[in-house]
Amino acid sequence: MAGTLAEKVWDAHLVRHGANGEPDLLYIDLHLLHEVTSPQAFEGLRLAGRPVRRPDLTIATEDHNTPTLDIDLPIADSTSRTQIDKLRENAREFGIRIHSLGDSDQGIVHQVGPQLGLTMPGLTVVCGDSHTSTHGAFGGLAFGIGTSEVEHVLATQTLPLQPFKTMAITVDGELPPGTTSKDIILAIIAKIGTGGGQGYVLEYRGEAIRRLSMEARMTICNMSIEAGARAGMIAPDQTTFDYLKGRPHAPEGEDWDAAVEYWKTLKSDDDAVFDAEVVLKASDLEPFVTWGTNPGQGLPISANVPVPAEIADANERVAAERALEYMGLEPGVPLRDIKVDTVFMGSCTNGRIEDLRSIAKVLKGREKAKDVRVLVVPASARVRLQAEAEGLDVIFKEFGAEWRNAGCSMCLGMNPDQLAPGERSASTSNRNFEGRQGKGGRTHLVSPLVAAATAIRGTLSSLADLDLPDDVDLTTFDGSPLDGVGASGFDGSAPVFVDLPFAKPAA
Amino acid sequence: MEKFTVHTGVGVPLRRSNVDTDQIIPAVYLKRITRTGFEDALFAAWRGDPAFVLNQDAYRSGSVLVAGPDFGTGSSREHAVWALKDYGFKVVLASRFADIFRGNSGKQGLVAGVVAQEDIELLWKILEANPGTEVTVDLENRTVHADDITVPFQIDDYTRWRLMEGLDDIGLTLQKEDAITEYEAKREAWRPKTLPAKHWAKVDIEPARPAQV
Repeated sequence: MAGTLAEKVWDAHLVRHGANGEPDLLYIDLHLLHEVTSPQAFEGLRLAGRPVRRPDLTIATEDHNTPTLDIDLPIADSTSRTQIDKLRENAREFGIRIHSLGDSDQGIVHQVGPQLGLTMPGLTVVCGDSHTSTHGAFGGLAFGIGTSEVEHVLATQTLPLQPFKTMAITVDGELPPGTTSKDIILAIIAKIGTGGGQGYVLEYRGEAIRRLSMEARMTICNMSIEAGARAGMIAPDQTTFDYLKGRPHAPEGEDWDAAVEYWKTLKSDDDAVFDAEVVLKASDLEPFVTWGTNPGQGLPISANVPVPAEIADANERVAAERALEYMGLEPGVPLRDIKVDTVFMGSCTNGRIEDLRSIAKVLKGREKAKDVRVLVVPASARVRLQAEAEGLDVIFKEFGAEWRNAGCSMCLGMNPDQLAPGERSASTSNRNFEGRQGKGGRTHLVSPLVAAATAIRGTLSSLADLDLPDDVDLTTFDGSPLDGVGASGFDGSAPVFVDLPFAKPAA
Repeated sequence: MEKFTVHTGVGVPLRRSNVDTDQIIPAVYLKRITRTGFEDALFAAWRGDPAFVLNQDAYRSGSVLVAGPDFGTGSSREHAVWALKDYGFKVVLASRFADIFRGNSGKQGLVAGVVAQEDIELLWKILEANPGTEVTVDLENRTVHADDITVPFQIDDYTRWRLMEGLDDIGLTLQKEDAITEYEAKREAWRPKTLPAKHWAKVDIEPARPAQV
């Protein structure tokens, strides 16, 4: 029978089919852990006297609650320090691999998996973080879970799940210069709403998606959850295989050949039936920015702040009024007139090497707007090293930006990087909820290119607002690699095996 | 987990849509490593506002939250469910829930019942006209009763059964351990293992320093 990509991956992981309304039991290939959603899960195991079933399918990193400055000093906030210490202690006790702050493989969990070559097509990937949907960019089923489920996966390496519905999102055509995959996903969320994807796995397809790099695909899948969908996926292709080949955990030799042969079958059949379909034309897109307090409240940058009185639906009207009040915005004002205090470039959405390259390309030789604070935060320590090898850090610093260590940083108001009450940001992250970047902070979600243009002008801006020299090749902004540098941004040298200083699982 | 059959308690009308988990519990409260004691964190940003519904005496002891559509969107933090439970909520009713939140609720014994939006509006009217009105949630019959109305709610059969029996998910799964072991024997060699660890050569990471002012 014809199947969708999601159904194929689901079926390949069925440990047990649930009859009579009982959920299916699905095997989990890769479990990612971080400090925030795991301590209570380990505590649960300890109380029940249960071991971790598969430490060799589990990996931990520190990202949410870590500082991006002075990372060699003890963490100042004692509750944050305790939480980090707890993760390290749990990793040691249960024999789980961990990349801690200061380690060159530390970083945001959704960059660490792909960059090590652990994230692959056809896997089930889970993590106690809703942006786990990122990993679906490789053609696997990846989704966020709660702490009870973290404990469940640690104990059993499986999850009981009710089948998802499937939604095809086809993005035809070619992105116009100055737009990115971030604009695609913001436009999709504005179209289907923050609840539009509830109960669905989204499959992104079409020419515009095919043309995107892995980094750009990750940006799209990352924000599937902002449309309410637990997972988003993209069928693997040569771009996927090229990204993976040679990474530390990528299969080698015969295993690689067997894997690629299987991965090539991972696509929705031509006659597969989706429960819902959405079509979008990439060529119609403009840079998108959000004006409100959920990611669905977004508009093309050339638009004006909405006028709530003109919104027909009563619930939406009230929500818009509340959002404008919180955001401190007047109805009808052009979005381009909105002045920001801070520009945040980073996060699991847009903190990858390609994002940093395109930002650097715009910022190079330019001056920062006065009174605007600019933070550039790489998604991982490896991304930071790569950016430094390419000299991007020099461009950021000369521009007047702060070049930080890796972590979630200002994406969520948890670590020291936060907005002050009333402070307004243009942010390449994924959520503009009330207080998300700090209590009372006001967030506009934007692409890396809009963030860069905004850092130069001080008001929400796109590349069209800049007097770009003729020799800047805009076509490289769509996600394709720049000349002379590998798409994935690492040097391709052979990976080394490292013995970990803690117990290994029995062979 | 405690068994849930019928619960009667004060209904709290929360006339907001898209109440995301950052609103239910802001990230700063997620630094704790315990599973209880999150009651102070519930709706923390709104609790300072005297007009907020939970700051009104009649609703303060509420245990049935009647919310707008798309409740629990955003972050997967189960802390949102813990905070609701620690405050004393047993049931949340809304016309639409985010998937992860609904799943987390089921694991923790918080009933997330889907009620048609027009029925939510009816409940809001009753709870606002007579603050402190008690609502009865009958899980067996999947009904909500308040004042003179009784409306249905939806919850999937399996979650309902588990909540009514008070069953632990992990225990249920471990009963099927043979099937898991059997599946593991068939997994392909190319599927990744995190151990033994492989990575590029370790490099010293230079710590970034605060900007000089």
